[in-house]
Amino acid sequence: MLLVLLVVVVLNFLMLHLAPGDIADTIAQTMGGADEQDMAELRKQYGLDQPFFVQLFNYVVRVALLDFGHSHFYNLPVFDLIMERFPATLLLVFSAQILSLFVGILLGVYAAQNPNGLSSLFVNMFSLFGYAAPVFWTGILLLIAFSLHIPIFPVSGMRDITIESSNFFVHFFDVLRHLFLPMITLASIFFAYYSRLCRASMLEVLGADFVRTAKAKGLSKKDVLLKHALKNSLSPVITFAGLSFSAVVSGAILVETVYSWPGLGTLAFNSIISRDTPVLLGILIFSTLMVTVGNLLTDLTLKALDPRIKI
Amino acid sequence: MKKHFLKTLLLTATLIFTSLGVSFAEPKKGGTLIAAVGNNPRHLNPAVQSGIVTGFPGAQLFATPIRYDNNWEPQPYLAESWEISDGGKTVKLNLVKDAVFHDGVPIKSSDVKFSLETIKKHHPFKTMFAPVVSVETPDEHTAVLKLSSPHPALMLAMSSQLMAIIPEHVYGDGQDPKTHPQNSENVVGSGPFKLVEFKSGEHIILERFDDFFIDGRPYLDKMVLKIIRDPATRTIGLENGEIDFYAFENVPTNINRLKKNANLNVTPDGYAAIGPIDWLAFNTKSGKTADVNVRRAIAYAIDRNFILKAIMLGVADEARTGIHPGSPYYEPNVEAYDIDIDKANKILDDAGYKKGGDGMRFGLNVDFGWPGLRPNAEYTKAALKKIGIDVTVRQSADFPTWAQTVSNHNFDLTWDTVFNWGDPVIGVHRTYQTSNIKKGVIWSNTQQYSNPKVDAIMEKAGVENDMAKRKALYSELQKMLANDLPVYWTNTLPYHTIYSNKVGNPPMGIWATSSPMDMTYIKE
Repeated sequence: MLLVLLVVVVLNFLMLHLAPGDIADTIAQTMGGADEQDMAELRKQYGLDQPFFVQLFNYVVRVALLDFGHSHFYNLPVFDLIMERFPATLLLVFSAQILSLFVGILLGVYAAQNPNGLSSLFVNMFSLFGYAAPVFWTGILLLIAFSLHIPIFPVSGMRDITIESSNFFVHFFDVLRHLFLPMITLASIFFAYYSRLCRASMLEVLGADFVRTAKAKGLSKKDVLLKHALKNSLSPVITFAGLSFSAVVSGAILVETVYSWPGLGTLAFNSIISRDTPVLLGILIFSTLMVTVGNLLTDLTLKALDPRIKI
Repeated sequence: MKKHFLKTLLLTATLIFTSLGVSFAEPKKGGTLIAAVGNNPRHLNPAVQSGIVTGFPGAQLFATPIRYDNNWEPQPYLAESWEISDGGKTVKLNLVKDAVFHDGVPIKSSDVKFSLETIKKHHPFKTMFAPVVSVETPDEHTAVLKLSSPHPALMLAMSSQLMAIIPEHVYGDGQDPKTHPQNSENVVGSGPFKLVEFKSGEHIILERFDDFFIDGRPYLDKMVLKIIRDPATRTIGLENGEIDFYAFENVPTNINRLKKNANLNVTPDGYAAIGPIDWLAFNTKSGKTADVNVRRAIAYAIDRNFILKAIMLGVADEARTGIHPGSPYYEPNVEAYDIDIDKANKILDDAGYKKGGDGMRFGLNVDFGWPGLRPNAEYTKAALKKIGIDVTVRQSADFPTWAQTVSNHNFDLTWDTVFNWGDPVIGVHRTYQTSNIKKGVIWSNTQQYSNPKVDAIMEKAGVENDMAKRKALYSELQKMLANDLPVYWTNTLPYHTIYSNKVGNPPMGIWATSSPMDMTYIKE
């Protein structure tokens, strides 16, 4: 685990180092120009004038000491920058994941009942559409529909700053209102995965002996479907959900940009563009953490579904 | 009789003007302006960070000695008056008496001295205050700038976001002003608005400063600057009324779409001093473009009108030189290189560049610095094919990649957008000065263009205090540059301000949102 992290850190550093240009160029860009001394001074200040291996060594040592350092671009502690945005990403990623799982499974179960029927075809088409459409396009389409023509959702941000209320629920519903479109957009990519996987797995289970037994026992169709078949067909879906967690995190970058969602995605994107190495490293560690926690949750869910599994 | 008639006329005129005066809407106090900004500022202190992103909040938080009206005339701001003497080598500023910083501490002449020295040392535009030798402070409300030579650019350099007056008791505490923690939070400013909250990536909230030195201003209670990076999202926000105001919109399709909206006003006014110009720069030192004939042929082959109509969709203006058409120094009577394919081919034939079997003479690369300039680069490929130049469009991954390529002079042609920043001394000279050929520095003289005559004219124009003589010098400069063609200028970047009908007095001066918005108000 630590070795993996070390390799990731070194690789990340290497890749950023290979990219042409550095923070001095980006700062010059935001300034509308800079002069020689300023740029040399900036490079010195951020240690960019030192030999490559010295930079790499310093970098790894700092990470080992859990020192995230200062953002070169914003000149703020990286930890603060990340913590400010981490909750927003966490909220978006987890709610989208849960939504896509829920809807995906629902659609999968529905489609499995009549695998060759029209409804199944419809489910397939709907979910494939979400999968195939670029997420920023879906986002803008939803914005045009539900912010412009039917103005029920806000276009950007996470909160309405003009609300001056101390009531928790007012703020809670405000965030929920802002969350709705980004969440749907991000979830739409994964409807296809989960619904198809669930459908296939359901079809397999529905043909199994224990389902026939359950039917023979005279259980209602609902009980057969939900209590026996679904519970046993969920494992592959949940496993896959755990694996695709990192994909959700990366999908969040685009969604956050479209909706100006104040999360880690936009910060990551900015820090790549502006060659802000310390911030990028910090985000990397946090997303690793997020994916690890996601996988842990997956394992726990699997165990709850199937007591034979040991963690 | 005649006298009587005149009297009547005068009376009538007075009556008309009085009645007109009544019909002018009186600015209303109060209200919140919701504005969008397209980028996250690094921080909010314009004394050590230039650029339009910091400029918007920076000009609200910090006052400058003077401000400009729509006609490039300096107006009193923090300096209620000024005197220029000693042939332009002494500039005396008389400060407003009751001005205070946001923490209540009076603004003194020593703060002006401190601010100017900080800017001179840390601001990237070194030419702004380079001739200022010292600042004397005979009393608390008088600052006297001593210059080594006349410096007409000084007036513009003391306006807008360029000379923020920052408190010495806060930013002079020994910490590096560039990385001072109070650049981003607990900002102590001198301007019409004070900082409530700056949440990076989310918003900047500004609130009316009640003790602002101009009585009754600002009109607005609050300004919320939402950071929205995605242009489509911003456009939808303006359309559905969530956003009242957005400056620096430059996507032609968005501009034309928003123009159709009856609730919104779209105007190109207010950007003359910012002065953004799109141009095609040449490497004048190496490769085929080192030959002025090749540069001229390319200019003749590229149709400025095509760019204005097809790429800019009619929202940009023609720019024939490196000085913005809105500037008093703009000289339109230069060689314009209107499209002439035959002439271009002839120039190349005469210069000995023979066409090969495939109809091509030679190949060149074209780069572009901003994603919005991609169509220009692709058009260049199509246009130059007609004169037998095989152009390869090189796509840079992002800005730093492009900046490295161009600033290290590894290019043939590159599209770019460069800003005038007020006076030509600040934003124009840098592109053509021999002394500013600096490898590794973007927006220096990356063309590596060098002409001693051009250098001499710029040096003279930089210290010429007589407006008419100065204009003549810049006119000559623009003609010479158009002849040598280190850069082929095509159009202004079509910056537009978009504001909803409920916004009164949006900033329409020469500095757009890099000027104080103390007169902006919300109607109804």
